[in-house]
Amino acid sequence: MTLSRREFMKWASVSAGVTAVTGCAATGGASAGRVVVVGGGYGGATAAKFVKLWAPDIDVTLVEPNQHFISCPISNLVLGGNAQMGDITFSYDGLRQRGINVIRDSAVAIDAAKRQVRLAGGDSLSYDRVIVSPGIEFMSEQIPALKNADAQNRILHAWKAGAQTVALRKQLESMRDGGVYVLQIPLAPYRCPPGPYERVCQVASYFRKAKPKSKIIVLDSNPDITSKKGLFLAAWNGMYKGMIEYRPNSEIADVDVKGMTIKLQFDNVRGDVLNVVPAQRAADIAVKSGLITANNRWCGVDWLTCESTAVKGVHVLGDSTLSGPGMPKSGSMANQHAKVCAAAVVALINGRPVNADPMMMNTCYSFVSGDSAMHVASVHRYDAAQKTIAPVKGAGGVSTAASSAEATYAWGWARNIWAEALV
Amino acid sequence: MLKAATLLAVLIAGWAQSAAAADAQYARSLAATCFACHGTDGRSVNSVPPSLAGQNKDYLLRQLQEFRDGKRPATIMHQHAKGYTPEQLDLIAGYFASVTPGRATPAPAAR
Repeated sequence: MTLSRREFMKWASVSAGVTAVTGCAATGGASAGRVVVVGGGYGGATAAKFVKLWAPDIDVTLVEPNQHFISCPISNLVLGGNAQMGDITFSYDGLRQRGINVIRDSAVAIDAAKRQVRLAGGDSLSYDRVIVSPGIEFMSEQIPALKNADAQNRILHAWKAGAQTVALRKQLESMRDGGVYVLQIPLAPYRCPPGPYERVCQVASYFRKAKPKSKIIVLDSNPDITSKKGLFLAAWNGMYKGMIEYRPNSEIADVDVKGMTIKLQFDNVRGDVLNVVPAQRAADIAVKSGLITANNRWCGVDWLTCESTAVKGVHVLGDSTLSGPGMPKSGSMANQHAKVCAAAVVALINGRPVNADPMMMNTCYSFVSGDSAMHVASVHRYDAAQKTIAPVKGAGGVSTAASSAEATYAWGWARNIWAEALV
Repeated sequence: MLKAATLLAVLIAGWAQSAAAADAQYARSLAATCFACHGTDGRSVNSVPPSLAGQNKDYLLRQLQEFRDGKRPATIMHQHAKGYTPEQLDLIAGYFASVTPGRATPAPAAR
């Protein structure tokens, strides 16, 4: 192992007895500390970037199985033909240029006692702190017919942007004019609360242009539209009038894949394109690492640091966390988790106190067409008495109406949050 | 006695320094909530929404106050500004004023 000049200087200062003053808690010898980040989505990529930005002496390794970052936000516009996959697909080179070690592999186990992450490729990575931002896994087992892979390839969720986004767009393109697109929405909490309703708008925007005789049926497991209700209804009853049928309390029982029918408890709904979004839980690495604390689904964390309430030294971010009150599972929120966590991890490694009063802010834009968007916003503050992070009363809200001005801001949001995660 | 006084002075100076560092980090963490839309350290891609890095502190603070009080029309900023205390808004404005201005590089396209 060679020693870089910076590492040598660090080593030299440690030898000179400076540790006692700075409280440096280096355990790995040369660097100030080692942080491994599992998962390169909105949470993980942003956390990796900010640990490196705020503490360049810490070694940061990001483990991500996919070659590219593909954004879920804006992916509904690809379904609507209002954006292309190239608009939402990015490289991790910006993080590499920052000095972050980006490894294309999957984490298969975390040994918290040995402080090691084991990778599918066989390597093990040692850490002082590990940040796990694995995203969601689908509970497809709840829908009997979706247990087999063939069925999963025909009845798509497209709720992780990528190959399924492309495949669902193809299904919509090859559907006959006069056909029926059916979207089945799981019970909350699920990833991206307004996402299903935005998707309905985007598919409607495509049908209106390309297949005006076609219809959309929305089977919502929830008792009502879960986000931006008035604004979505304004679009559905306005520019998409007569195209959309909304059915609340429509939990799925099963799918007849051959008959292209969604089976509800008391009804069957046939369609030409069936888009079923199953219920979700924290991804497998969270299960295997003992991080799940709530309902066999989500990872409880201490919101001061995002450290797991179950396993010390392991921090969890993003959609896989047990959300605080009023906290959506969104890319925007994962971005905010990442910075609270990065600041805490840097403080903990350097033996400094963590911020006792963290704040988070959420901004989610939804596009009702190719050039009109609206938002929901909230501000969240740590509540020491309740030991959680909760919305600040009187702050936040939704747009008065969808507008082209907000479409411009929505693209600004996207470009900035992508750069924030990846440059 | 003199030695004890000197030691005490050093300790107080050290404490004041670490308290100032903690304040600076608190301001940075507050400002970091704005980065998602306005760019890391307030350097925005294409300046939409506007870059905040290196802006005049009094100007920034006045805008935040006017958003909060409904005096400056906005699509979203009035809803965000109401989520912070006056002291927090002051720290946020101070942080962005202290940062070197610039624009962010967009996320690199996949090759």
